[in-house]
Amino acid sequence: MSDMNTAMVERYRNNFLKEVESHVEEGEWVKMCMQCGVCSGSCPLGNAWAHPPQELFMMIRAGKREEVLTSDSMWMCTSCYNCIVRCPRELPITHIMHGLAHYAKRLGLVPKKQPTNEFAEIFWNNMMKKGRVNELKLGLSMYFKDGFSQGIKNALANQKLGQSMMKAKRMNPMEIIGGHGIKNPSELQKIIQKAQEIEDKKLQGAN
Amino acid sequence: MSDEKKFAGYICTGCGIGDRLDAGQLETTATRDGKMQSCKQHEMLCSAEGVKMIRDDIDNDGVTHIMLGACSRRAKVEAFNFTEVAMTRANLREGVIWARPDEDELTETTQEMADDYIRMACAELKSMNIPKPSGEQGLNRNILVVGGGVSGMTAAIEAAAAGYSIHLVEKTGSLGGHAAGLYKRVPFRAAAPGVGNDPHAQLPDAEEPGVDELIARVEADQRITVHLNSTVTKTSGAPGRFSADISTESGGTTTENFGAIVQASGFKPYDAAQLPEFAYGKTPDVLTNFELEKLAKEANGGPLKRPSDGKEVKSVAFVQCAGQRSQKEGHLAYCSGFCCTESIKQAIYFKDQNPDCDTTIIYSDLRTPGAAGEDFYRAGQEKMVIFTKGQVAEVSSSGDALSVKFKDLILDEDTEMTADLVVLATGMVPNSGPDPYASSESQEEMSDEEKEEANAAAEVAVSVESILNLDYRQGTDLPQLKYGFVDSHFICFPYETRRTGIYAAGPVRRPMDMKQAMDDAAGAAMKAIKECELAAHGAAAHPRVGDLSYPSFRKEGCTQCKRCTVECPFGAINEDEERYPLFNESRCRRCGTCMGACPVRVISFDNYSVETVGQQIKNVEIPDEFDEKPRILVLACENDAYPALDQAAMSGEKISQWARIIPVRCLGSVSMSWITDSLNSGYDGIVLMGCRRDEDYQCHFVRGSKMAAERMSKVGDTLESLNLEPERVAVHEVAITDIQRAPQLIQDMADVVEKVGMSPFKF
Amino acid sequence: MANREYSFYPGCSSQKGATSSNYLTSVQSMCEELDITLNEIPDWNCCAASIGYGSGGVLPRLTLSARNIALSEEHNPGQDIVATCAACWLSTREASERFDQDKQLFAETNEALAEAGLTLKNDAPIKHMAEVLIQDVGYDEIQSKVKKPLEGVKIAGYVGCQTNRPFGIAGESYENPKYLDKLVETLGADAIPEYEKKVQCCGGALAFSEPEKSQEMIKGIIEAAYDNGADMIVTPCPLCQANTEIYQDQINERYGTKFNMPIVYYSTLMSVAFGRSAKDAALDGQVIPAKKLEDIAAK
Repeated sequence: MSDMNTAMVERYRNNFLKEVESHVEEGEWVKMCMQCGVCSGSCPLGNAWAHPPQELFMMIRAGKREEVLTSDSMWMCTSCYNCIVRCPRELPITHIMHGLAHYAKRLGLVPKKQPTNEFAEIFWNNMMKKGRVNELKLGLSMYFKDGFSQGIKNALANQKLGQSMMKAKRMNPMEIIGGHGIKNPSELQKIIQKAQEIEDKKLQGAN
Repeated sequence: MSDEKKFAGYICTGCGIGDRLDAGQLETTATRDGKMQSCKQHEMLCSAEGVKMIRDDIDNDGVTHIMLGACSRRAKVEAFNFTEVAMTRANLREGVIWARPDEDELTETTQEMADDYIRMACAELKSMNIPKPSGEQGLNRNILVVGGGVSGMTAAIEAAAAGYSIHLVEKTGSLGGHAAGLYKRVPFRAAAPGVGNDPHAQLPDAEEPGVDELIARVEADQRITVHLNSTVTKTSGAPGRFSADISTESGGTTTENFGAIVQASGFKPYDAAQLPEFAYGKTPDVLTNFELEKLAKEANGGPLKRPSDGKEVKSVAFVQCAGQRSQKEGHLAYCSGFCCTESIKQAIYFKDQNPDCDTTIIYSDLRTPGAAGEDFYRAGQEKMVIFTKGQVAEVSSSGDALSVKFKDLILDEDTEMTADLVVLATGMVPNSGPDPYASSESQEEMSDEEKEEANAAAEVAVSVESILNLDYRQGTDLPQLKYGFVDSHFICFPYETRRTGIYAAGPVRRPMDMKQAMDDAAGAAMKAIKECELAAHGAAAHPRVGDLSYPSFRKEGCTQCKRCTVECPFGAINEDEERYPLFNESRCRRCGTCMGACPVRVISFDNYSVETVGQQIKNVEIPDEFDEKPRILVLACENDAYPALDQAAMSGEKISQWARIIPVRCLGSVSMSWITDSLNSGYDGIVLMGCRRDEDYQCHFVRGSKMAAERMSKVGDTLESLNLEPERVAVHEVAITDIQRAPQLIQDMADVVEKVGMSPFKF
Repeated sequence: MANREYSFYPGCSSQKGATSSNYLTSVQSMCEELDITLNEIPDWNCCAASIGYGSGGVLPRLTLSARNIALSEEHNPGQDIVATCAACWLSTREASERFDQDKQLFAETNEALAEAGLTLKNDAPIKHMAEVLIQDVGYDEIQSKVKKPLEGVKIAGYVGCQTNRPFGIAGESYENPKYLDKLVETLGADAIPEYEKKVQCCGGALAFSEPEKSQEMIKGIIEAAYDNGADMIVTPCPLCQANTEIYQDQINERYGTKFNMPIVYYSTLMSVAFGRSAKDAALDGQVIPAKKLEDIAAK
């Protein structure tokens, strides 16, 4: 991963904007931002962003590669799409934020213990295993992501929640063994693996 | 037309007037008190039938003066269009029934109001004459255009296309002005409809400047006579009969007559030598936008090279607002409006030549006017011009490169970048002559500090060389609105300067780009054409368009005090050989400020005079002091205050039953005698309503409202001599939108009268 | 009235024993009453929801949806795809639109699908159940099925984010969509058109990873419903429903509030109004019971 990072630094030198254009989902829109700030003002978690979208766009143009990619700002995106529908220049901001987060992950630059990154990874692995999400395992993995004892603490804190969900038949302890899934998960895995390969190849060739 | 006057009154009973008022009594008032020779009622006077009744009386019975007791003089003007007679209107609808509540106990005061308005209209009519042409008029379809740049050429082409003959005077040896130096111009048209916001959208490109074509069209036009290396050395006369001396450098002079004039004298580039902080003059690699254009033109699509060492430019920074939008000494306080799109255009020069050239525009507020503006901004973004919101503090030379220190306003940090070349987006300085009022009126109310600042700004802005050399008593050139730009009101009446028949176009009027200058020139040309035609009929220009009255004075009464010549906002009045005022009818806008200024009351219009208003004031019935029915005289400007009161009545606002409202052309026309006479004859309060008069004035005659306020500041002496309370006279600024406030101001005066008591002068 | 048939994408959370299994139950009851047949896409997979971006790149993520569309086109040909979950709908429709706009991406996803012998034609329209109700069925037909009007129940319509943005329901505004209020009125209940949090974000997936930040937003959503005198909140989104319902206890603990606001699906309301039992309406799936609906269902 960090090899790729080094390669990218080498390839783009100080032109981070170009790197973003070629490697980040919807990245070629970044140059079209007119710095009005409507996105930042529309974000429900705006206060939690060290650098709201408007600023990230400016930082990309200013070549602040390290600061942008190691930031946990874009991980604050709740995918509410408010910025997208309000942007006067129609930038797909939500997607660009997702794209930046993914690119940072690809390069291994995500801050350690970034909870949304961890959750995203757990989610993806959980889903890929059987083709459908196993909610119980997803929840438990999330509780236990920081080790066993923290996991017990988390589980206890959410014990009441779990009990009432079970009572409402909206949580099933039996999911821990087996659970829902598609008929032939390996087939799906093959498809996705292929998609991954195509994408990796494309990104490596990009400049 | 015989000199015999025949007066007829008409009372409309429509719109509820007949239900609310005793029309029979109004008729009696008109004939008995108002001395109308006849008075007729009609249930809908503005109907075809009603209009025909009046028309027949004029045509068959020789009626010359008509009084209409109906709606406001601002309503139904198309129906009541009797140009050959003198006409007054008693405002019974908006002025009385709509302004008063329909309640039984108020019937009496409402009827009194209506009777008074009938008396006033009749009295006004009695002192009115039908305006007659002065004989000064003549049709002249020649137009003088001063300035051979894009604005001047466009004005000439537009006016010529309409069939007018043009003399185009250009100071230099060639046409084209600054635009002749352009490599490309900012696009004129927006992206095609339906073009999206995506980063690959088809957006407008910079265009060929088109100046050569413009020059070719001017040269080919039979109606346009071009005078190169020439200036206007003398301009005299008035619209319809201007005379101008056009002199060449070598000394030859021709004299031509013109109906109207367009001044398109353009701008000068701001002197960047005043920007040492940006290293201008210290290194040749810091250029102004004007100089960069020259460089681009020379490169002609090839690589742009650094002036210092001929190295190909690999990085360039544009500094927006250089020496502009700044209060610093020597800087321009305003935004020149063209420089953002100009920098985008120039940044694209670099990108088109070499996409890897680092091209940064540092701006604090990007403003891209014009149809293509926003699309062109996007075009720059598509080509990866970097737009950085920041404030540049310093440019310095550091070894091989330039260093630009700036504050990034988005990231809120002080930072620095290097560049091979720095372009300063400097502004426009109007190329106007000396302001006739530079040292007097504009600084009257300034503090010393402000004056100093203004003088410093004036030094930057104003060229001392006259452009028009007007042979006017009030200065050689067009009065300036702000920062040296010649105009009289940017928003409400563009192109109209304070010299009637002389229109400003292009960057001498306000800073603008080429496309705007061309649109501006077309607008000014239209105005000039219109003025040629109006002057031919002796009719007024804006805002009393078509008014045939004009001021005249009784020579035997005149004391040659010169006040009228000084106070005329439009420089319409010269002096004759005997030092009497010389009115130039077609320079006059008919505001009556001269009439209000005259201490001996010798200036009048046929249909508006000290007498027409004075008689209205006299003919209001003043009830006995013990009737407890005060009378409040309201003199309301016909442009804003009077319509605001009409609108108030239409919207259901109520106006005090004690008020008697008289529209005046401008508060500037108010004669002090009206004030003293009304105080002497028992009015309890006086309210004057004019337009806003400060720097951001709304006065349609520019200075009238301010003049009035100055004169009224001395009314205290009169009040004192009569032993009356000073609060009985109030002067207010009223906007056309003040529909709640205007009636309230009258009510406030009613409350004052209630407090201080009735006037003791009721006889 | 004609039977309507759709290719149905239920989504992970609607499965038995999952967080919105009650949603599926009530949707099924609702559809029975409206004579709508839902043909489940055989062997559908997860859409990666709004959190898949972290690990999955663009193509892998969109290809998940491509497989579902391809399966639908193969097994339920000619049928519009309908999803009940906001994220399922959004991901699928977004994928479909991206493939439409980007031919290269379209070719690439087909290349990947070929690994399992699948082909994407990408011509099936992708709808949210709310679109089916409003555009295909219509308020009038819905009203005609109401047997027990929800009289005297005051309901705050919480539309949330992803049903509303970036696609939304045609003709509705992003800032103030009104269809949920209209639906509430159609069922005989009282809508609260001035409910100011109707499009406020609940935190979405970040309710797991950033619970404090999300619960602060959820608190606002519940509080505004109380301020407007709501008896309950209705929503079209499973994650909105879960987030606003199940964290009320934790919010009460954190902020000292006493929230006990029932959060129901539009399909719950409709099932009750259409005269179905409490069980068919999945009222037993409420963590916070909707007492007023239980009373009406029991009548």
